[in-house]
Amino acid sequence: MTAILLAQAIPQGADYVRILPELVLSLFGIVIMLLDPFVDEEKNQKTLGLIGFAGTLAGLASTWYMAKSPGLAFSNMVRVDSFAVFFHFLVIAIAAVVILTSFEYMAVQRIRASEYYALILFSVVGMALMSSAVELVLIFIALEISSISTYILVGFRRQEAASSESSLKYFLLGSFATAFFLYGVAMLFGATGSTNIDVISQTLRAGPAEVLVYVAVALMFVGLGFKVAAAPFHVWTPDVYEGAPAPVVGFMSTAPKAAAFAVLLRVVFAINAPGRFWLVWVAAALSMTLGNVSALVQTNVKRLLAYSSIAHAGYLLVAFAMTTREDSSIGISAAMFYAAAYAAMNVGAFAVVSHFANAGERYVTLEDYEGLGRTSPLLAATLSIFLLSLIGIPITGGFFAKFYVFSAALKANLIWLTLIGVVNSAIGAYYYLRIIVMMYMREARREVPVTPVPFGLGLALALSLVATLYLGVAPNRVLQYAQQSAKGLLPQQAATAPTSSAQVEPAANIPRH
Amino acid sequence: MNPESFSPYILTWVTFAPLAGALCLTVLPRRDRDIRIISLVFSLLTFGLSLHLPVYFRHETSPFHYEISRQWISSPNIHYHMGVDGISLWLVVLTTFLSPLCVLISWKSVHDQVKEFFILLLILESALIGVFTSLDLFLFYFFWEATLIPMALLIGVFGHERRIYAAVKFFMYTMIASVFMLAAILWLYAHTGTFDFVEIRDQIARGSVANFPAAAQWLFLGFFLAFAVKVPLFPFHTWLPDAHVEAPTAGSVLLAGVLLKMGTYGMLRFNLGLFPDQSRQNAPWIIVLALIGIVYGALVAMVQPNMKKLIAYSSVSHLGFVVLGIFSFTQLGLNGAMFVMLAHGVSTGALFMLAGILHERRHTYEISEFGGLASPMPVYAASYLFIVLASVGLPLLNGFIGEFLVLSGAFQARAIYGIIGATGVIWSACYLLWMYQRVFYGKVTHPVNNSLNDLLGFEKAAIWPCVVAALVMGVAPILWLSAIDPAVHTALAQMASKAVGQ
Repeated sequence: MTAILLAQAIPQGADYVRILPELVLSLFGIVIMLLDPFVDEEKNQKTLGLIGFAGTLAGLASTWYMAKSPGLAFSNMVRVDSFAVFFHFLVIAIAAVVILTSFEYMAVQRIRASEYYALILFSVVGMALMSSAVELVLIFIALEISSISTYILVGFRRQEAASSESSLKYFLLGSFATAFFLYGVAMLFGATGSTNIDVISQTLRAGPAEVLVYVAVALMFVGLGFKVAAAPFHVWTPDVYEGAPAPVVGFMSTAPKAAAFAVLLRVVFAINAPGRFWLVWVAAALSMTLGNVSALVQTNVKRLLAYSSIAHAGYLLVAFAMTTREDSSIGISAAMFYAAAYAAMNVGAFAVVSHFANAGERYVTLEDYEGLGRTSPLLAATLSIFLLSLIGIPITGGFFAKFYVFSAALKANLIWLTLIGVVNSAIGAYYYLRIIVMMYMREARREVPVTPVPFGLGLALALSLVATLYLGVAPNRVLQYAQQSAKGLLPQQAATAPTSSAQVEPAANIPRH
Repeated sequence: MNPESFSPYILTWVTFAPLAGALCLTVLPRRDRDIRIISLVFSLLTFGLSLHLPVYFRHETSPFHYEISRQWISSPNIHYHMGVDGISLWLVVLTTFLSPLCVLISWKSVHDQVKEFFILLLILESALIGVFTSLDLFLFYFFWEATLIPMALLIGVFGHERRIYAAVKFFMYTMIASVFMLAAILWLYAHTGTFDFVEIRDQIARGSVANFPAAAQWLFLGFFLAFAVKVPLFPFHTWLPDAHVEAPTAGSVLLAGVLLKMGTYGMLRFNLGLFPDQSRQNAPWIIVLALIGIVYGALVAMVQPNMKKLIAYSSVSHLGFVVLGIFSFTQLGLNGAMFVMLAHGVSTGALFMLAGILHERRHTYEISEFGGLASPMPVYAASYLFIVLASVGLPLLNGFIGEFLVLSGAFQARAIYGIIGATGVIWSACYLLWMYQRVFYGKVTHPVNNSLNDLLGFEKAAIWPCVVAALVMGVAPILWLSAIDPAVHTALAQMASKAVGQ
């Protein structure tokens, strides 16, 4: 008896394959840490960066390998399905592009690279694990792995007081938020007797949910809402983004968000979390409105993009307000597509911002962008395409992302939420347009040096640009993959508990005219 | 080559030929002359290709011609579905006709960032053609939004002093209005499972769309708002004078000539096509707005000291006629609305080019800066007079036919509509002829005007096609109406059958 239990508990070969990307990335991270003392001080920037980049490429390859053996691993703690593969691929690809943008940034800002690249890899390990973990405790651990690395990354501009302030602020508030998440996990455990998502899902389906479950869902939502910078848990975002190094902002506004959304998708949909409808509805409406309205008056581009990221979290949350099984499936795939499209355009935009900021991040205000269309047309055109994608103009990924989310919402009869969303995206057009106006329609009033784009950054920009346009012109394959994943994520057919879905179906589901 | 085998792809060719030109320009070195020639070649090529459409058009057969339908995205169910009927056919040709003229008129006047200018112009042309050829609502919205950026950039980068204000105002106005259309399109998709215009129309006509009666009024308004801002219908017109005054000449020509027609075309195709009952219910107040637009636009035009602003307000007035014609729901009114669209495109396009030519020489649009120009610039004055008369609606020129048809339709619908509308014709004679008198007649008041050059070769090449078109359209309107009439008839028959069916 014990022998059988023991044999089940001992990890098999396949178990390791199912966390292969995490293993590979950790390995590369450790190698970077070990090599750091031996690499020449002058050259170490690039060498370690290249190792980090190689690590992400190896991570992508091992994700591809992992995708071939889907299933559960490590006593049902990890599940490799197409959903997990999607997010693995996404966060690792983001890291790869961010590492490419960091080469130049690190050299220009005179920051000693050493553990920077290792930390990026470690935080990706956490995020990747977040997307494949189906055990709430493991999810918590993965969340911490990714968060702690990010706290340090935020403070990497050591000479700047603002950066340290950001780091501390992010750390304090972030710990607070993860504590909320942990409380939620504990309460869910109290209510259902398990921390495994599948078991919880089955238990909840069996009967009507207790009050404890509602509290647990709300607490977990607070924790994850902080991570994705959804209002009203967004207050940290602009300050932290302003102080953090620009490539790190590009990273943390996309990858940890995508991972947190992955967890939220699993928690919300796989366990069919009761009482989530109004939570999500209010958070989505608030995030869109607060994010866009506050962004209107910003003059610092990093702050502006911080508010824009709050707004985009709001659009993405719209996809979570689905209740029936059919709608949920569309909502999940829309959210996944949005996460990917947002990553492509936002990483690209921050790559331009970090190149343009120059030593000490001197040039980050809107006025600095005046006349950029003339002085470096290619860079300006690239940034414009990212901004147009953030507005949601056709032939960019941002357009289809919004399109899928809103059509999913309308299909679920969320007419008011959709109207709030589309009006917001029109308001949002204004502040993105301001940057374009600055670049093309105004003359430069002062000399802003623009250095030529180095190879690494050029490659990063090209990759993000191709991804943005690819998602805008031929979204089919990514969308189909997301739809297929969405089906796998939802509990099995008979499963939709009629009681809980009837409970959360509010008056808003009746079309109002 | 057998034209029949060419037919399925002709719309694709016409739509994307300018875009191919724009791509060509991006890789070309910055030699301004080459860039101008290449853009002229591509825009002429597009015009040539688009002539295929009316030449091989058979109006007896199915409502849409040269149809092509391929799946673009499987889920959501988006098709690359294009096709033209008698309504959109001529708008496509109008676009391709005006574009080479825009290239010509910008030949000398744009000398900074020439490459960017022509790239934007060609992208804009592609998007405009796409708006008229797409039969899939998604594709339509795609092109609709795609016109926005190049136009805003043309205004904002190449415009005059207050260009940024005008560009941002133009962008925000149309963007905010069109998101409501997007919401309506998404609602239709969510309840019909398709973006295909024909299929949605049939489903609505059969009454098989869930919740449709309750939502129809809102959907109608969603579409209508987007179109009304574009037209622009009073009181959504305030972006227009700013955009026109600040835009470079070619931008104004395409803005007045084609962009505004996107709105009226949209009303005709989508508001009438998808929501016939709501169109009838809402017609009274829409007609009132159109009539206000006609009279108000004309009165404001009369007191403008700025030539370009005057022409811009005259557009508000003329487009009021189009809306009046559309919502009269009579054969004559709709025929007339279509014809006014085309006539206005040609003559107002020409007026903007002529104003631009003057601006080139004197760098001002103020009417008071001119006077007695007929003696130093006789050819210019003659061309201007011809176009002014066409715009005023002199019989045998293009403006007359359209306005006459619209007014007959309006009288059929309700006499008072026709009576108020008819005053608009008188007003337009007042403000245009008065402006002409102040600019061209009398003695030369400013000595600097004595030395102005008459039309140059490339300017003649840009203006005279419009003059010829204005004359031919006035003498032989049947060439155009023979395609428009059956299409309008079909559209009205569909509305009527819906009304009977209930």
